Amino acid sequence: MKLELCGIRKTFGRLVANDDVDLTVEKGEIHCLLGENGAGKSTLMNVLFGLLRPDSGEIRLDGEPVRFANPGEAVRRGIGMVHQHFMLVPVFTVAENIVLGFEPTRALGWFNRKKANADIVRLSQEFGLDVSPDAIVEDLPVGVQQRVEILKALYRDARLLILDEPTSVLTPQETLALFAVMRSLATSGRSILFITHKLKEVLAVADRITVMRLGRVVGTTTPETADEKELASMMVGRSVELVVQKAPASPRATVLELRGLVVEDDRGLRVVDGVDLDVHAGEIVAIAGVQGNGQTELAEAIAGLRPIAAGTVRLDGRDLSSASPRDAIRAGIAHVPEDRQTDGLVLALSVADNLVLDIYDLAPFARHGSRDLATVKSNAGEKLADFDIRASDAEVPVATLSGGNQQKVILARELSRPIKLLLASQPTRGLDVGSIEYVHERIVAERDKGVAVLIISSELDEVLALGDRIAVMYRGRFTGFCDPSTGREQIGLMMAGVLDESAALAAGAAEGADPASSVTLSRGSVHP
Amino acid sequence: MSTVALAPSDLEAPEARLIGAARQRGMGVFLLLAAVVMLFGFGFGTPAHEETTFTFTAPPAIAVSPLNMAARPVSIVLALVCAIVGLVLILRRKGRGTYLIFSFGIMLFLWSFLTWAARGNSLNFEAMLADTLISTTPLVFGSLSGIMCERSGVINIAIEGQFLAGAFLGAMIGSWSGDLWLGMLFGAVAGGIFGALLAFLALRYGADQIIIGVVIVAFCTGLTNFLTQEVLTPYQTTFNSPATFSPIAVPLLSKIPVLGPVLFDQNVFVYLAAALLLAINAGLFRTRWGLRVRAVGEHPQAAETVGIRVLRTRYWNVILGGVIAGIGGASFTIGSVGEFSADMTAGLGYVALAAMIFGRWRPFGALGAALLFGFAVSLQSFLAVLNVGIPPPFLSMAPYVITIFVVSGLVGRVRPPAADGKPYLPE
Repeated sequence: MKLELCGIRKTFGRLVANDDVDLTVEKGEIHCLLGENGAGKSTLMNVLFGLLRPDSGEIRLDGEPVRFANPGEAVRRGIGMVHQHFMLVPVFTVAENIVLGFEPTRALGWFNRKKANADIVRLSQEFGLDVSPDAIVEDLPVGVQQRVEILKALYRDARLLILDEPTSVLTPQETLALFAVMRSLATSGRSILFITHKLKEVLAVADRITVMRLGRVVGTTTPETADEKELASMMVGRSVELVVQKAPASPRATVLELRGLVVEDDRGLRVVDGVDLDVHAGEIVAIAGVQGNGQTELAEAIAGLRPIAAGTVRLDGRDLSSASPRDAIRAGIAHVPEDRQTDGLVLALSVADNLVLDIYDLAPFARHGSRDLATVKSNAGEKLADFDIRASDAEVPVATLSGGNQQKVILARELSRPIKLLLASQPTRGLDVGSIEYVHERIVAERDKGVAVLIISSELDEVLALGDRIAVMYRGRFTGFCDPSTGREQIGLMMAGVLDESAALAAGAAEGADPASSVTLSRGSVHP
Repeated sequence: MSTVALAPSDLEAPEARLIGAARQRGMGVFLLLAAVVMLFGFGFGTPAHEETTFTFTAPPAIAVSPLNMAARPVSIVLALVCAIVGLVLILRRKGRGTYLIFSFGIMLFLWSFLTWAARGNSLNFEAMLADTLISTTPLVFGSLSGIMCERSGVINIAIEGQFLAGAFLGAMIGSWSGDLWLGMLFGAVAGGIFGALLAFLALRYGADQIIIGVVIVAFCTGLTNFLTQEVLTPYQTTFNSPATFSPIAVPLLSKIPVLGPVLFDQNVFVYLAAALLLAINAGLFRTRWGLRVRAVGEHPQAAETVGIRVLRTRYWNVILGGVIAGIGGASFTIGSVGEFSADMTAGLGYVALAAMIFGRWRPFGALGAALLFGFAVSLQSFLAVLNVGIPPPFLSMAPYVITIFVVSGLVGRVRPPAADGKPYLPE
């Protein structure tokens, strides 16, 4: 199906999210829509999918103008969408999720489960997407959940498939498998609109590429004529440095020492399952892994936010196993949490207050039990300048800042007290390229000051760019330790748990070195 | 190694996982404690050789002879059985049927309690069962109302208010027109109106559903009190003397000894509650309608993207929920005492809500919980007669105490529909 978007404009109050956007997707084409967060990609897709109504402009399918009042109408016209945050009911079965809204029924609206299951089996065989119709969705790994989302679109006979940031939750191998599926769907005559901000993926899979910036289309190109650097500058509007500049690390004494750490999640499942790790002063250890393999809980345990079921956490030899978050802060741990809006900031408070959340009760910000607001204010002025935080005023609620500036507020707060360990989870998630560069520079600068740095990221590029040593986490354990020169392929296999070297290597890491191993752990062999 | 670490939990059946191993153990420990109370409180707490008699109202066809029991040995035996049931729950692997086993243990406890309470005396067991069923009926309506609303994602804490409105209008219209069916209809409409008000404020304006609910209860309480004083009391004979629905005996079934008259010689409200229970249970879990309602209550965005009208679904469900609670309210007056009095629902709307939670948002689960509460309600009147040495005010506390226990501790963490109480405001 051929899709044409002509002059789409959508505003939210004074914000122009889409400004005169033109986009054409040919039949059987994989078309990439590239742009940073906030470039207007999601708004455009929501307009196309009937979730938002455009202020002006026209949508044409196979040349015929259409208007969608709701997603149901878009679906009936053959548009299928795989959302970034899956639109799946976690407690339903695979089959229930796929047929929802288009259920096969018997008389009186009686749900025909047998036919639903049979349809799913047939569909999954037809497209080579293996799922079990009776499995409960929340029990499935995200890669499989995504398959369910794709099948859901195909069950509705989608001829244009929109994939919104589909690879952010996948391992490199799963990503390749997804690309193969996309290619076979395109060959069968379906059109695919692939939304992403990852340059490598665009070049790997696209037939054509459209780049958006600040609500406008910057240009359309093809993988043959463009390279990563060019796409990046189109996306950002200036030339950007794609690699992090850093000197080889010079690790010193052990700062963070985890031994046999076991952590349970809210449901009581062991999601960190006996982890050993040393992080030395002056090095960056990056933990790679697909989201949901225990990294979140590991970070929370180190930061004192989640109780430890077994094992120890030591910082400079001091036991922090039962530390409160405040103990962890006072002991010298800086924590940049995964979800900055719920865990990193109090959104309704001012920028100035957020900058002293950790030490608001200590001199010089408080005296005799009352706060010294003048000092808080002058501190905020300094930090805004030092960390290049773009805010009209330090007194505005931090919620009004952009994601990049919010992250800078957190960094400014956490790095402004004497620290021994910097623990950062997904430090650049959702940030624009400019902010990513800045955050990475700051992290490397902390390392060079002699701070031990532990980064947790599901972006393999980030792990490879920052890490002096890399640990790969899968199902609550480290399946391998390696240095950044290790191939993406091999790390990908460890992320999928296929290559499991945990037994030998974790033990080796605990002792500090394991010369027998092919995947090196030693401190000297760091390749920038 | 690491691949097997989390594997077992991935493979378990979803139902089995809902009842956590810890909760099952908790139930087992609860039953063990109950067994201790039964052994020392009821067993050795009864003088030896004292007898308890359970009598049965004999239907004309088949007479059931009274059951004489030596109170102490019976309680001791029951305590031992209850302890074994508790141990089974603690030791067995988690799986299906946990709630059934637990209910069995609770029944043993109640039997033992009654044996002790009626020691040296006789208790009309059948009348007690019948009374339990009558107390249970409004609770079933109330918790079904809650299930209808909350499965679609709207918290209905206003059941108490809808009860009062239904009870009031049911009595008034039933009395004025002399037509009880018209009374029931107006009771349903009264509940439906307050359901619609809740839906409108919650869905149109995204207001806090708990606060709206509390306000509706306060409003209904005030309004019915005022109108009772101004209209019902001065014109008692016109407006507040409805007849009541008389029992309808089901042919054959009502002739079954003991249970027949209890279950099959009741008024229309009991049969209606049973029919609604079956219909809503099948509807929610077996039909397209139920699948969609549950999707709306769990993940409204997902429902919206497949073309389900989230707000429309919620409006319908909340209004229907109100209608069901209104009928339940009418059962207080034209199904029971034949008169409205101020605050006559006595917080049972909240008890119904507790029954819904205890029943994990499932109709039959709620029925089990409602029976327990209904038993506690009917217990007070029977114990008052038996003179067991517990002051009557404490006995009237029983249903509420059980409610607090149930809601706070015993059920542990239950999982409500994921979007329950969260406003959905598209665009």
